[in-house]
Amino acid sequence: MAEPSRIVATDCGSTTTKAILIERRDNAYRLSGRGEAPTTVEAPFDDVTVGVLNATGELEELTDRRFLAEERVRTPLASDVGADLYLSTSSAGGGLQMLVTGVVKTMTAESAQRAALGAGAIVIDVIAVDDGRADHQRIARIRSIRPDMILMSGGTEGGTVQHLLDTAELLVAADPRPRLGRDFQLPVIYAGNSEALEGVREVLGDHVELLPVDNLRPQLDREELGPSREAIHRLFLEHVMAQAPGYDKLLTWTSAPVMSTPRAVGEMVQLAARDEGTDVLAVDIGGATTDIFSVFGGQFNRTVSANLGLSYSVCNVLAEAGTDGIRRWIPMKIEADELRNRLRNKMIRPTTVPQTAEDLLVEQAVAREALRLALIHHVALASGLKGVQQARTMADVFTQTGGGETLVDMMSLGLIIGSGGILSHAPRREQAALMLIDAFEPQGITRLAVDSIFMMPQLGVLASVLPDAAMEVFRRDCLVPLGTAIAPVGRAREGAVILEWEIGGQQGELQAGELRQVRLPPGETRQAELQPRRGIDVGAGRGRRWSGPVAGGAAGVIFDGRGRPLALPEAEDDRLAALVRWIRTVQAMPGGQR
Amino acid sequence: MAVAYTPGLRVSENAVIRKQRRLPMKGEVLVQPGRSVQAEEAVARAEMPGHLQTVRAAQMLQIEPQELQSCLLKRPGDEVEAGELIAQTKGLWGLFKSELRSPISGRLEEFSATSGHIRIREPSRSVEVRAHIAGEVEHIIEEEGAVIRARGALIQGIFGVGGERRGHLRVAVDGPEAVLHSEDIGECEGCVLVAGAGAESAAIAAAAEAGAVGLVVGAVRDEALREYVGHDIGVAITGQEDVLMALILTEGFGELPMARRTWELLTSLEGRLASIDGATQIRAGVIRPEIIVTREGGAEDAEQELPAQVLSVGSRVRVIREPHFGALGRVIELPAEPTEIETESKVRIAMVELDNGDEARVPRANLELIQE
Repeated sequence: MAEPSRIVATDCGSTTTKAILIERRDNAYRLSGRGEAPTTVEAPFDDVTVGVLNATGELEELTDRRFLAEERVRTPLASDVGADLYLSTSSAGGGLQMLVTGVVKTMTAESAQRAALGAGAIVIDVIAVDDGRADHQRIARIRSIRPDMILMSGGTEGGTVQHLLDTAELLVAADPRPRLGRDFQLPVIYAGNSEALEGVREVLGDHVELLPVDNLRPQLDREELGPSREAIHRLFLEHVMAQAPGYDKLLTWTSAPVMSTPRAVGEMVQLAARDEGTDVLAVDIGGATTDIFSVFGGQFNRTVSANLGLSYSVCNVLAEAGTDGIRRWIPMKIEADELRNRLRNKMIRPTTVPQTAEDLLVEQAVAREALRLALIHHVALASGLKGVQQARTMADVFTQTGGGETLVDMMSLGLIIGSGGILSHAPRREQAALMLIDAFEPQGITRLAVDSIFMMPQLGVLASVLPDAAMEVFRRDCLVPLGTAIAPVGRAREGAVILEWEIGGQQGELQAGELRQVRLPPGETRQAELQPRRGIDVGAGRGRRWSGPVAGGAAGVIFDGRGRPLALPEAEDDRLAALVRWIRTVQAMPGGQR
Repeated sequence: MAVAYTPGLRVSENAVIRKQRRLPMKGEVLVQPGRSVQAEEAVARAEMPGHLQTVRAAQMLQIEPQELQSCLLKRPGDEVEAGELIAQTKGLWGLFKSELRSPISGRLEEFSATSGHIRIREPSRSVEVRAHIAGEVEHIIEEEGAVIRARGALIQGIFGVGGERRGHLRVAVDGPEAVLHSEDIGECEGCVLVAGAGAESAAIAAAAEAGAVGLVVGAVRDEALREYVGHDIGVAITGQEDVLMALILTEGFGELPMARRTWELLTSLEGRLASIDGATQIRAGVIRPEIIVTREGGAEDAEQELPAQVLSVGSRVRVIREPHFGALGRVIELPAEPTEIETESKVRIAMVELDNGDEARVPRANLELIQE
């Protein structure tokens, strides 16, 4: 096939279906337009393709081209109507909802959870022998959740058989029904000890459809998530998608298999990490959930913090962070009672937007805490294998706490990508940059960017067909560079010089406790020479000079001398003064530099 | 986006109301289409199977799983009592027998020669679903329940806790701006109390203790809600709280006068039987709490549900976010182009003439349509 010149890609989200047009011009792929319409997977439409047609229709209007013919997206392109490729991702109708089971919560069950999350699923529960529940509670839970599929793991090769049989019996007793489609059997992917397979098959009988794959934890020190993830993806297409309203039609339109939205984002993040040759962290903060994707040392991980969001889940952020946790980021006095009432009112009317500068600062404070909590969750799950070495018997394993160091290394992290309205549509890009720095506390040299219109899903599915094209659009049109954070790490007393810097002819010193901004426009790169003081590390080791290019962006280069972990002044007046100073330093105060 | 929906809560004096009443599982429907039902009447009933308990029999008897069958004294389907002998090994020369007694009363459901486990099901219990509102059975849902149709007043709240309750309406304060204090409570057993702009924490507790089944109020402080429920409500899915009295807010959190129309309707219904439900879900498939007061007679002259309304010049609106939170007014202009607001965001706005005479520029997303 000749190189496609026109590509239409849609992402069917739970509320909005977004269509983008990518065209090949002057030997390069570029984004040409975007349209959107409400998703129509629920009543009264019950057909996802209605939303796809509406979004593509808006794209036609905005780009003055035609893609639709005979009530579908036409492929291939003919007589200037249609597209060479039509691709789609989907998280509509609640996405892919899975139950995972394992033997030990922090070992096989955690591996199974990583497999499911990495494949783009929402994990609705994790059943494990040591999850602290009685059998009848587990049965009642399994019965009530109606997953799309189950991933069953447990036992290394040659390990436990009995616990797998127990889990199979639980499933039989619960007789779980799939969420969609009453007439098909619930798929259960079996990725446990192969020696238990026949026994499990016997116990499960014809209650479910059993699909064996390779053990995802064949040895305690080895995790093999690939086969399970492939099986999840295959079943997602064959069962879940095929049962969801209108997807049978959509599947016949697309030029490549439909991908679950988070999986597509994951693919794009992995491609970006390979292409940029650095560790990458991407976050999508929405109204209900916050997803974090990361690649550290080539290893991909994804977590979903299901109840950390800024509208529906805003009060869960309040419950987890506490009133003071949120208030510590607000640069003005606000009574706890007033703050709590405000957040509740946002929860019950989630579509409202901040109108005053003060209200915006409150929302950005909540975002910092939601992002911070989601990262803590991610750091815990994106880890090496727990329970390695010491394991002898199952009893030993239950009490293990060792091993499982996190893969997340904020010093090696080279790029943070933010998406979701609060970051992508912050009135000032500097605000997005400061939210990411405050919440994630990057160390050393870290580029910051936002996904302008959240097109990573569409680019992720495009990457499965044309990775180079996906990367071209990702670099040129998807990422909005915010700039570079430079955060030296090490002990120093407040006010002491910790770093001497020179960037493109400008030079200066950074003091401990200080935040400083150097303007460097988007698209520009300058050579930087950074000389940390003794005991301070900016990426090359303690006291060692770092030389290299730094990239510009809307917020330029932000030097963060506030130390790690970032500690805010305890006295209220000092804290308020510091917050105002920092926000003003990076030009992030709404309504001008009042 | 091509289509915008402006949220608005329903406050109707004379609506056609349909309530779907479903069992959590398959069961028996007790009513027929066309029949009149009272609010307390059961419309469907099911036997909820008891919990299944696993007994690790082979392990406890210290035998291999495949030997279990020969040791069982009870068969699948047999009833067993707590403490009753259900399995026994043969022992050695008739001695050193291991015994297994049932930990619960129930029915032996199955045993497995693969795992060596026995499963015993606890006795089932009866579950009923009531009509909740007085009306007529419009149609039945085979083996699951029925749809009840009635006409009467329907008021949707913005947030609530506690599930379904039924009681007579009693207005406890003087007006929609009044806050409920403990001394306003009085005799209220079985009542649904109506208050104005707020309710003190102590008053909420006093009402629940005095036996009120519901409290409908404009707003409460979040702290008062937390004290009443006993914990912070994280995700806005409610209805299952362990509280004595359902609490329904019509406006929001803080201190906000109840909308006049809602207040006038509720006070006009004082003394009547209200069916209320605090259950709220603010996500896909939104569920708002509601207060229903049905009346006798057919549905002929009832107001039909209004189609989704569109914001236009002249629309009566309420501002639902700071800085004019709670203010009422009328739309006087709808500029087509996005306008920069104080946050420096560019959004689509409406010019609103507030009831106090001021003109305000408000993001359209922060307006709620009010029915007149």
